[in-house]
Formats: sequence, structure tokens, C-alpha cells
Amino acid sequence: MSPTLKSQNPKPVAPPGRLPKCPTGIQGLDEITDGGLPRGRPTLVCGGAGCGKTLLGAEFLVRGATQFNEPGVLMAFEETEAELKANVASLGFDLAGLVRQKKMLIDYVHIERSEVQESGEYDLEGLFVRLNHAIDSIGARRVVLDTLEALFAGLPNEAILRSELRRLFRWLKDKGVTAVITAERGREQLTRHGLEEYVSDCVILLDHRLNDQIATRHLRIVKYRGALHGTNEFPFLIGDKGISVLPITSLALNHQVSNERIATGIPRLDAMLGGKGFFRGSSILLTGTPGTGKTIISCNFAKAACLRGERVLFFSFEESPNQIIRNMHSIGLRLEPCVKRDLLRFHSARPSLYGLEMHLATMFKEIAEFQPDVVIVDPITSLVEAGTDSECKGMVTRLIDYLKAGQVTTLFTSLTQGGHALQQSEMAMSSLMDSWLLLQDFEGNGERNRVVYVLKARGMAHSNQVREFLISDRGIDVVDAYIGPSGVLTGSARAAQEALEKAGLLTGQQEADRRKRELERKRIAIDRQISGLRSDYETEALELRRIDEQVGTSTLMLNSERAASGRLRQADAKVAGGLRHRARLARIN
Amino acid sequence: MKKTVASAPAPAPAARPARRPQAKAWQLRLYVTGQTHRSMTALANLKTICETHLQEGYSIKVIDLLKHPQLARGDQILAVPTVVRKLPKPVRILIGTLTDTDRVLVGLDLRAAR
Repeated sequence: MSPTLKSQNPKPVAPPGRLPKCPTGIQGLDEITDGGLPRGRPTLVCGGAGCGKTLLGAEFLVRGATQFNEPGVLMAFEETEAELKANVASLGFDLAGLVRQKKMLIDYVHIERSEVQESGEYDLEGLFVRLNHAIDSIGARRVVLDTLEALFAGLPNEAILRSELRRLFRWLKDKGVTAVITAERGREQLTRHGLEEYVSDCVILLDHRLNDQIATRHLRIVKYRGALHGTNEFPFLIGDKGISVLPITSLALNHQVSNERIATGIPRLDAMLGGKGFFRGSSILLTGTPGTGKTIISCNFAKAACLRGERVLFFSFEESPNQIIRNMHSIGLRLEPCVKRDLLRFHSARPSLYGLEMHLATMFKEIAEFQPDVVIVDPITSLVEAGTDSECKGMVTRLIDYLKAGQVTTLFTSLTQGGHALQQSEMAMSSLMDSWLLLQDFEGNGERNRVVYVLKARGMAHSNQVREFLISDRGIDVVDAYIGPSGVLTGSARAAQEALEKAGLLTGQQEADRRKRELERKRIAIDRQISGLRSDYETEALELRRIDEQVGTSTLMLNSERAASGRLRQADAKVAGGLRHRARLARIN
Repeated sequence: MKKTVASAPAPAPAARPARRPQAKAWQLRLYVTGQTHRSMTALANLKTICETHLQEGYSIKVIDLLKHPQLARGDQILAVPTVVRKLPKPVRILIGTLTDTDRVLVGLDLRAAR
């Protein structure tokens, strides 16, 4: 039967509304299947060796028993009970405990063709009896048959086997248990022995693909009769807590947005971003050539977030956590207290460790676990190694969507190669970013200096200025870069320019002082002139009075002389005149 | 229900005591599900073969899995009818209605496989 969804021949038992579903409890799988596997029906899980079929089955049962109070039976055809227990213990599943609590039952079916001689007719009623007994003894609601196809190897008569399998699936449905049947992937069909012929409700295909030396596991719902389901191939991860299928992220652009601004940890950089820093929940791209200080700015941002009491998840694809902590220590940035308070968590992995999707799955898992407020990916460009450009862009889109939905601020650093394509961000992902800071090197005067500028910052007024930033043992200091006719001056050229300006200023100052002194001198000279004139004036006034007095005296003398001569001439006639003259003299004096 | 059939049901009562001493030499278990035609055929065929080829004595224990489903696990029963030769060792397993006598004999190590 082709694995397409057929609309004809609808099941009479199917309810008019939604198909009843049986949640698997496996992270992500329930989202893809819109609620779980079809309840009371068998589901076929097929895939090649080592792609996690048994594990998926085991987790289905464990989650059922622990989370949904649905006991389960695991009928194993390939692994013994002890082997199974040991194998899934590494994923934190305590099968032995569940078996003890009668929430789970493991029945190992051993079948070896060489030990069995066949003669005459038979059927597999024994298997049915065993399964029935197992289900009834613990009241199981879930059944896993792993890998049923071992029967084909164990029993010689395929005709009997096929008719019995058909009966088995019918029987499972009648029994009302939700069953997972695993099967080996066939070369030309889904399963090696065509089991998909019998299971028509739900078929899940697992795949473990090697792409460019990197293996990634994928899961795809080939068919799910009567229900909506994701049709894509979803990467999944077998981690220390079981399987996690990549959660589907809503690719619609309808995130909540925040008006809250968060500081970058570098005050002058905040000033460049409208004085307040980035928007919470925005995505920030930090591009730069090697050694421009991308990681340092990221760490500053991380530290600032930690100081606000926020949680930061730092994905590092180049350096180990200890190395970052040590390196930041050298510029006076102490990250270990944040790590100790569990506000800062590093996740370091080589990009080539696994495929892109796997990286994404790992990141989603870490993010879901740690619930960070800020996520830093340093550098996102490393992931290009693990996939193609378009894959990488798709991945970043999904990551950003996922993070934005959770109001997580994300800082991506991106390594650009030297030369002229400085503004060309890898993977053309700049359009996905809300803010874009560019770090650049300026070479000249036998030195290399770093500048930073804001290329774009959606939704905020931002500085258009190119600033130089210095990295010292006290951290980052953003200073104004001198922009002159010959371009941006940085480093010693800027210092020289500054010295030049300072000298100019000094000269001006001195000139002013000199002129001030000269004017002062002039003023003093004038003052002196004024006082000279005043003394002349006074002298002349004195002279004037003396002249006046002289004039008076001579008049008097003239009068008295006249009186004396009169007396000499006419003595008595001149007495009265003489008396009058004396009285006048007294009035003058 | 466990039904022990020691060369029963009654072919020749006189023959029974003679085989008693060696009865332990061959122990066979026949697993069936209910009194079906297939079960009956298997039992009849098994008896005939034993009568013919196991003069030293044998015992057949018929186990009905419908009544004792828990016993299926011990002998790894999948198909019915199944004959398990518990003794002599090693354990041999035969499945089917045992209509092909040659294959039964081979399966029970009474004749080398050709």
C-alpha cells in the first residue's frame, strides 16, 4: 500500500470529530502528530539500524507509565530484558523499577530458526496468548513490539506468518491498546517485509543519515490516517533524557514585542543605541573580522545581563568555557561568579560534532531546559561548516523565531573575512536581525585599531558615528574616533591629532594671555597718563589761585599807596577814605 | 489443565507396565490452545510417532495455553501446536501438526537430517 493518506474507505469507528490520540510524552513528537499516536491503534515505526526505533518504543512505554498512568508491555524480539534495562538506563529510564511496580512488563521472545523444526500446520496463537496474558496481568494500555520482523527470520513459513500478522494487528485494535510496532527499513519499501501493508493508521519513519561526515537522525510521519500532522522531516536527538524531536516553531511573524530596553554593559555603546541599549527580545548581529573583539562585547553583554539577575546561555563554537572565562579575566571581566550563581551557562561544542539540525535540536533543548533571558551564539558562522548556507539560514530563522516567541534577546556574532566584504554578513542573515553592530579593524601607521559602529538598529534612534573602542585590562572603553579629511583616525594617529589639537589650544591660550597682558599694560600706561594730567591740572589750579591772590594784593597796595600819597597831599580830606579802605581789607581777609 | 498422557489413551493396557521404568527417558510437552482440530491432530500424530519410535518409553504432557497462558513464556512458545522435548537434552522444538513424520523424526533427533 502506498504511504499516502487515502480518503476513501473511511473507518466506521472513527469519531466524527478529532481522532482520539494517545500522547507519547516524547518531547516534540506530540506537537508534530498534533497530540500523539492514534489511540487504540497500531503505529508502525520503521527505520534502519541504530536510528532509535527501540528507544522510541521504550520511551513511549516509560512516559506512558510515568506520566499518563498507562501501563505498557514491551515484547522484545531482539534484546533480552536485562539488555533492554541496561540500554535504556543510560537515558535515565528505570525499567526495572517500573517492572517492579507492575507498570511495565517486558517479555523477551526468543526465536531461533535452527532450533525449530516445522512439520505441518500451525498458527501463532502462542504469541497471542502470551501477549494477551501480559496485557491483562498489568492492565496495559500500550504495547510495543520490537522488532516484530524477527519472526520472519525465525519462522520458515512466510505465508502462515503473514496471515497471522494481519490477524495480530486486527487483534491489537480489538484489544484497544495503542501499539507501536518497530520494523527494519527495507530497500525499496518502508519495511523489509512489507509490514506497512498491515498497519494503515500511522507510519513513522526514522532515519539516520550521514551528510558530509556528519550523522543526523530524522523523523518523518509518513502517514497518519485521519489526522493532521507535520509532513516534514524533523531532526531528533537522543539525549540524556530520551528522545527530543525538534519542536515545530511557528514560522508566522506574530511574536509579542517588548518596549523594554536592556543595556549592553558598555555605557557608551548604549549611548550609541539611543542611550538605552537593545530592545528586549530582539536579535542582534555582531559582525567583525577576526580579533575585533566580538567575544569580548558578547561577554560584556552577558555580564551586564547577569548583573541584572537575568539568565544567560552562551553557545560557544570556538572556545571552551574555561578558556572564555580565563580570557575575559584578562580584561577585568569576571564571569565565574555568574557561572557559580547559575545565571550564566556555557554550552561549548565543535561545529563539526554533529549536523546542523542536531545543533539546532541541542540548542532548543538547552534553551528549553535553562530558560534563559539572553542567548549568545558565538559565532553563528561556525555552523556554516556543518551545513550549507541555505540550511544555515533556515536554521537561524527557526532559532530566532523560537527565541523571539519566548522574548529571549539573542546576540549572534558573525565572523567575516578580511578584505572589502566587511559588511557582507555570512548567510545573508542580516535581514533577520533587528540590530547590527559592525566591528572593524583599521590598519595604518603600523598599527591596527578597532572601531565599532551601528549599522542598523530597528526601532530606535542610533548614532551614526564611528567610534573607536579600546580593550584594556579594565575592559572596553569606547572613545570618539577622529574623523578628518583623510578619513577616520584611530590609535596613535588619533592621539597625534589630539596632541596637535591640544598644542593648538595651548598656543591660542598663550596668545590670548599675551594680548591680555599687553592690553593691561596699555591700560596701566593710560592710567598713568591720566594721573599725570590730573597733577598738571591741580598744579595749574594752584597757580591760578596764586595769580588771583597776587592780583588782589597788588590792587590793595595800589589803593593804600594812593591813600598814602593823598594823605601826603591833603591830609584831613583823606581820613575817611583811609578808614573805608581798611574795612574793605578786613572783608577780603 | 495439565494432562499427563503416558502412552494413553489405551492402545494396549498390557504394554504400559513394560514401559514404565524408562518413562523418564523421553519427556515431551505439547502446547496447544484449546481442543481444536489442529491440537487433536498434533496430539494424535505425536502419539503415533512415539509409539512407533520410542520403545524405551516416553511421557507426553499436554499444556493448554488458554488455561495456563503464563506457561507460554517459559518455553518460548509462539506457534501452536508446539512440541518441546525437555528430555533427553538438548531441548528440541517442533512446531505444527506433525503431519510430516520424517521432519518430526529429524526434529526429535531420531533420524539424522538428510
